[in-house]
Amino acid sequence: MSLLNEMSQKAFDLGVPISVHMDVTYRCNERCVHCYLDHDDQGEMTTAEIKGVLDQLAEAGVFFLTFSGGEVFMRRDFFEILEYARRLMFNVKIKTNAVMIHESEARRIRDLGVDTIQISVYSHKAEVHDAITKLPGSFDRSIKAIRFMREQGLKVTIANVLMTWNRHDSDGVQELAVSLGAHYTLDPTITPMMDGNTSVLSLRIAGDELPSVFANPKLVPNMEEFCAPPKPVTDDDMEGYSCSAGHSFCYISPYGDVFPCVQFPLPTGNIRQQKFMDIWNHSPEMNEVRSIKAKDLTVCSSCSHVSSCTRCPGLAYMEGSMRGPSTADCEKSYYRTGVPTANMLRKASQATVSSLVQIRPMAALA
Amino acid sequence: MPETYIARSSAIAARMLAGEMMVMNSMDSTFFTLNEVATAIWRAADGRTSLREIVHAQICEQFDIEPEQAERDAEEFVSELSQHGILLVSDQPLDPQEAAR
Repeated sequence: MSLLNEMSQKAFDLGVPISVHMDVTYRCNERCVHCYLDHDDQGEMTTAEIKGVLDQLAEAGVFFLTFSGGEVFMRRDFFEILEYARRLMFNVKIKTNAVMIHESEARRIRDLGVDTIQISVYSHKAEVHDAITKLPGSFDRSIKAIRFMREQGLKVTIANVLMTWNRHDSDGVQELAVSLGAHYTLDPTITPMMDGNTSVLSLRIAGDELPSVFANPKLVPNMEEFCAPPKPVTDDDMEGYSCSAGHSFCYISPYGDVFPCVQFPLPTGNIRQQKFMDIWNHSPEMNEVRSIKAKDLTVCSSCSHVSSCTRCPGLAYMEGSMRGPSTADCEKSYYRTGVPTANMLRKASQATVSSLVQIRPMAALA
Repeated sequence: MPETYIARSSAIAARMLAGEMMVMNSMDSTFFTLNEVATAIWRAADGRTSLREIVHAQICEQFDIEPEQAERDAEEFVSELSQHGILLVSDQPLDPQEAAR
């Protein structure tokens, strides 16, 4: 285990929020087709309020701080916030579309000692990228910004969200990342909108197309191990937790709402009304999230994938229960290994029961 | 023997966790944890106070370590962290603002 992993595990065990994702605005200059946010400003925290939150986060032991949005640079005070965060010695990562970053902004980001800039690039083809962002010229502007940042020696990660519109472009984006000296990450997960609207889920690539995504040696170096059937479940596995949400990680919205994760819209408190540490330590919702072990999961506890699945409790919550399965992750486990999940088997058996119920009146008539 | 002055680099992130100081350099993602003595040196690295003064004022008294041993350990520690760009070292006082560039 690396030293970094060791310290992350220590934070998890001690319940220290070592990592926080903070959206400073939901406003955005792009209108991505898959975005889960409402971009209207419903009363963002002021500069002073955000600085106050940052003071509290530093005091709470937060080390890794991700600023995201919306588009962070839609806030005119973003550099002031960034400078303040760096003075408090956070390790800062910024998620941005970068269209507002020019040479001078890139230099300033470098001077402030930002760790990584993550930029969404949907395709290596400008017309596909711009169709997804609905901002003409956004591809050229984002790529130009990446070049500015690389010239400053900044670490850049290109995040490639995969959906129906760009499902054949991951290789092209990966090659583009290499040519720009950027890291590359791929994510085929499209999440429901924060208000529960699931219409964007129609953009998810079909489950049976996932194997072609996985079968990329550049992304998955050890394919055999990655696609191996799940190992027998142990007692230790059943005592394990899904992820760091609520244990050593949380999310803060531009309005001061605190959630276990950016993908877990369970309100646990508002930082305008309570101290961060009061929410972190005493929120009943936060404590409920962190109490859930694999053995407590309603369906997944009987699944052979329980120890290796990427099950997201936030996606499960959006599906109806934070203790339930997350279908998107069930699909990933199934298409990765070829072994059906307990959730899939349950749904198949329910479908059978359901059709029997439908024919019962017919049988009764006979 | 010339004095040594040390300052924290601006590319650094740092936070205490369970009595250990985590330090990470954003330029190359090197990650360290510092023990109590190293943390005291790190905290005192303001660019204006010499390493010798730091060792005597912060280390020898607080941790009851012999000055010669403490100075040797401190020099070794400073050398290692400076190689990773975490501490800036000079034989002249350093302006922390300049060190930040």
